[in-house]
Amino acid sequence: MTTLRTTLAAVLAGTVLLASAAPLKTDAAHSSVSALFKQMDVPVESKFTRFTAQIDYDTAHPDKATARVDIDTASLDIGSPEYNKEIAKKTWFDAARFPKASFVSTAIRPAGAGKLNVAGKLTIKGRTQDVSFPLSVKPEAGKQVFEGQLPIKRLAFNIGEGEWQDTGMVADEVVIKFRVVAGQ
Amino acid sequence: MQRYTTTAIVFHWLIAVLLVGAFTLGLVMTDIPGFTPAKLRYYAWHKWAGVTVLLLALLRLLWRLKNRPPALAASMPAWQRGAAHGLHHLLYVLMFAVPLSGYFYTLAAGIPVVYFGLFKLPVFIAKDPALAAVLKGLHYWLVMSMAALVGLHVLAALKHAVVDRDGTLRRMLPGRSL
Repeated sequence: MTTLRTTLAAVLAGTVLLASAAPLKTDAAHSSVSALFKQMDVPVESKFTRFTAQIDYDTAHPDKATARVDIDTASLDIGSPEYNKEIAKKTWFDAARFPKASFVSTAIRPAGAGKLNVAGKLTIKGRTQDVSFPLSVKPEAGKQVFEGQLPIKRLAFNIGEGEWQDTGMVADEVVIKFRVVAGQ
Repeated sequence: MQRYTTTAIVFHWLIAVLLVGAFTLGLVMTDIPGFTPAKLRYYAWHKWAGVTVLLLALLRLLWRLKNRPPALAASMPAWQRGAAHGLHHLLYVLMFAVPLSGYFYTLAAGIPVVYFGLFKLPVFIAKDPALAAVLKGLHYWLVMSMAALVGLHVLAALKHAVVDRDGTLRRMLPGRSL
């Protein structure tokens, strides 16, 4: 009996180990990616309603973690269906030519308890920039919650062309705020 | 006939000018197709005008509660007095209801008001697209009702000035005492 129990325990432990080395499954319902910006000094929080996040994270080896987030550029909800259609157009996201914006991590380094420093490449509207930002990770109900904020300059990605380059109308700085809940 | 006091006249015309301005901006901005900087600018001005009307309406109401308006022309029949008072009351109600419905509409749409780009005004309700759609319709119909009632108010004033020649309009016009 004892042997059987030990074997069973070993098999179970092995399964858990194997599972934790595999990519995590994103819990889309509890995850969000939003963009915070100022329009004539009015703070506006808008949400991307369609995105996918793939995170490979093992608490025992955080430095081996990788992350990839793909965002559907036509899915930004800024509060009215009419405006949502407008910002998918050429002047803004040009979603017909650039349907996805993506972030791909190049290095993830532990930075103290529950903290990671993430570096990677952010591509929006065909332009790629190296970015880095702090990420917090905490376990919650058997899953991992990754949260962070990444400030970017919209004009560096050509978001808002022509008369929309006026930063008095829409500020250059946009904060991308995200929360990804993922688990086995 | 006794005139309105200077305070009453200033409140009346200041609010009148702001209401006409906000109404015109509202018609123009909602008519601009797509998404342009001018459109967003007009929306901002419209909201600032609306908030100003609301603040002035509040001051005006508080002031009005302590100050009685001058009597109507003695020659006015009772039904006209009743109609005039009823209309004035409705306009007072709408001076609050119209900007408030707009204010809550923009809050429900998730866009707070930053007065003159300087002061962020209180956010009483969370973003709620379904509520925003309801408030949009409510704001529109309150505005259109107010426009119709203001039209009636202007026509009545003109009738007093041109047909009755009873000095009713002059009580609210700036100038020397009658």
